Amino acid sequence: MTVSLTLLICAVVLTAVGAVLLHTRSLTRVLMGVIVCGNGVNLLVLATTGRAGAPPLLYPGVAHARVTDPLPQAIVLTAVVITLATTAFVLAMVYRSSQLTGTDFVQDDVEDRRVVLRAEIAEERAELRERHRGEGPRAWRDERREQRRRLRADRAFQARARDAPGDLWDDILGADPPQSPSPARQENDPR
Amino acid sequence: MNALVPLPVVLPLTACGLSMFIGPRLRVLHRLIGIGVLAAVLAVDLVLLVGADRDGPLVVHLGDFAPPLGVTLVADRLAALMLTVSGAVTLIVLIYALGQDMVDREERAPIAVFHPAYLVLVSGVSLTFLAGDLVTLYVGFEIMLMASFVLLTLGGTEPRLRAGSTYVVVSLVSSLVFLAGIAVAYAACGTANFAQLAVRLSDVPLGVRTLIEALLLTVFGVKAAVFPVAAWLPDSYPTAPAPVTAVFAGLLTKVGVYSILRAETLLFPGNRLSTLLMAIAFASLLIGILGAVAQTDLKRLLSFTLVSHIGFMLYGLALGSRGGIGGAIVYTAHHITVQTTLFLAAGLLERRYGSTDLTRLGGAARTAPLLAALWFVPAMNLAGIPPLSGFLGKLGLMQAGAADGGVDTYVLLAACAVASLLTLYVMVKVWNLAFWRATPSQLPLEGTVLEDTDDTDDTDDTADADGTADAGQVRSVGAVAVAPASACVRTTVRVPYVMIGATVAAVLLGLSYTVLATPLAGLADRSAAELLARTPYVEAVLGP
Repeated sequence: MTVSLTLLICAVVLTAVGAVLLHTRSLTRVLMGVIVCGNGVNLLVLATTGRAGAPPLLYPGVAHARVTDPLPQAIVLTAVVITLATTAFVLAMVYRSSQLTGTDFVQDDVEDRRVVLRAEIAEERAELRERHRGEGPRAWRDERREQRRRLRADRAFQARARDAPGDLWDDILGADPPQSPSPARQENDPR
Repeated sequence: MNALVPLPVVLPLTACGLSMFIGPRLRVLHRLIGIGVLAAVLAVDLVLLVGADRDGPLVVHLGDFAPPLGVTLVADRLAALMLTVSGAVTLIVLIYALGQDMVDREERAPIAVFHPAYLVLVSGVSLTFLAGDLVTLYVGFEIMLMASFVLLTLGGTEPRLRAGSTYVVVSLVSSLVFLAGIAVAYAACGTANFAQLAVRLSDVPLGVRTLIEALLLTVFGVKAAVFPVAAWLPDSYPTAPAPVTAVFAGLLTKVGVYSILRAETLLFPGNRLSTLLMAIAFASLLIGILGAVAQTDLKRLLSFTLVSHIGFMLYGLALGSRGGIGGAIVYTAHHITVQTTLFLAAGLLERRYGSTDLTRLGGAARTAPLLAALWFVPAMNLAGIPPLSGFLGKLGLMQAGAADGGVDTYVLLAACAVASLLTLYVMVKVWNLAFWRATPSQLPLEGTVLEDTDDTDDTDDTADADGTADAGQVRSVGAVAVAPASACVRTTVRVPYVMIGATVAAVLLGLSYTVLATPLAGLADRSAAELLARTPYVEAVLGP
């Protein structure tokens, strides 16, 4: 089977570009990545046709050997339609995300955040204790208060994450959630 | 008989169209359509199972196109068995969801979103089970995925969007890899049809064959959530509504397992990757269950046990013997049911007590004995206590492993035993925390969850992290007046009878595998033999 080198190179470049975009945090860029990558893979499927030939219209008198293989094109058409649908869905997600949080950045896993936050706070506390050695607990009250506030904000965030989905129908038809202050989120904003 | 094969795909899609056509009103009609159609699908599945068991694989070439061109649907014993189990489970979950909906919001339930998406999901799952070529399998996956995207982000709340974006991106990337795999397979063999691939792949150079196998196994592994590619699952499943999580946990991962089973037996026989699969099974078994041990949230905990128990099925598959594959099939059927039941029971708990956080639950065995029983039976079933089907499934796998007798199989046997014991530990932990211990005094049975408290009350300097007014704590009803209504999550004690009834049905379905153990094991054994022989499938599709 002969394969067009141009198609292959295009496929490789597109897939590489898409893969880079896929690794970003912004959902819009990820969507771009999926589209570009998807086009690269589609070209790869098209490349399996081999040498280009006559249009695959099988009326009498057409030499079957010289006709382009129609099957990869059918597969690619299917894939294109599916990509269209996913694009629409992800765009809706991006819009909703920016409506709710003001950004389209994908946040960390709740569990990850908790582990990271705990480690951070334990570290800070050890440092503070070292710095204020022998001064008694009153000396660094403000810092400890601040730490507790962060822990509490995170716990509240998790409670929301757990409890909000409890009521299926309320979530769906309810209005937008109130713009609740979520300090944990702002701290975690990758920007 | 063969004309029935496309029905499990076509019927739910038709019902979905009807549902959309009717619009959001006439809710009784929606329910009737949904339940009626899924019951019909279950009946068709049963007929297919009997037919496939008696006459061998049932094949339909849609539009009568010969194999390389058209879409082929095949219902052999394995596919029909999976269809039947999934049909029963989806029907039960639909009834559960409708029960939740009926009592909750009689006037404005979003049947317009949930209902069609759920039916499309059922159709996609059926299509993946019936797919007779790679492209149809790809389309089935995509149908299933689109529906699952919608269901997972239902309502578009912030936690669900976050969880959903992980899931969506992982799924999209795995779809791209799948498409690349199809391209390579087509370039190498000139066909995407399973039967033709099975014949032609043996002539393909080993390197290319391994590439195709690696691409396909990666995709199916992501779907099945085996260890190195399982991180998305415990992250994304728990935030979804209970019925959605239940059906995802039961079915979507098993679709991946089914695809691995199909690929490894039909396309790539000889079990060359046995050692790799064993290693993956080993890691999934142990890492999954250790993750579950560390969790305090019931839904996350169940998601981790799900990852762990996929390892059992992979183990049976990696053995490659008739006993091993038969054991894996029995275990898959058992696990679909029991995992769904556990999530349904967790949904009931959430419904009754407003939370699935084990540190905030307690005393449920006294306050809700029926619910406790509905949790206890499937939990013991998952852990593998005789005479429940979990025990039978694990016993079958372990016997097959011992009969195989290599060093690696014995290592895996030990891992299976450890994972079973730890599952039992986890289930007992849940039982002790949520059901058996006394009701925590600060936990009123009916109340509201305070969402957030500001910092003004932060005057106590001695208490470290257990201040009395921490956010997320449950307060009595009286506190509602203080907190703004928008900052509260309502909890409720009502559990609709329909939801309980559906969960009872799921528990009974799980128990029925014990009663029907002999026919089920026989059927699994026959389908394992059919899978390993390969000729019945190939001949049924391509003609003798």
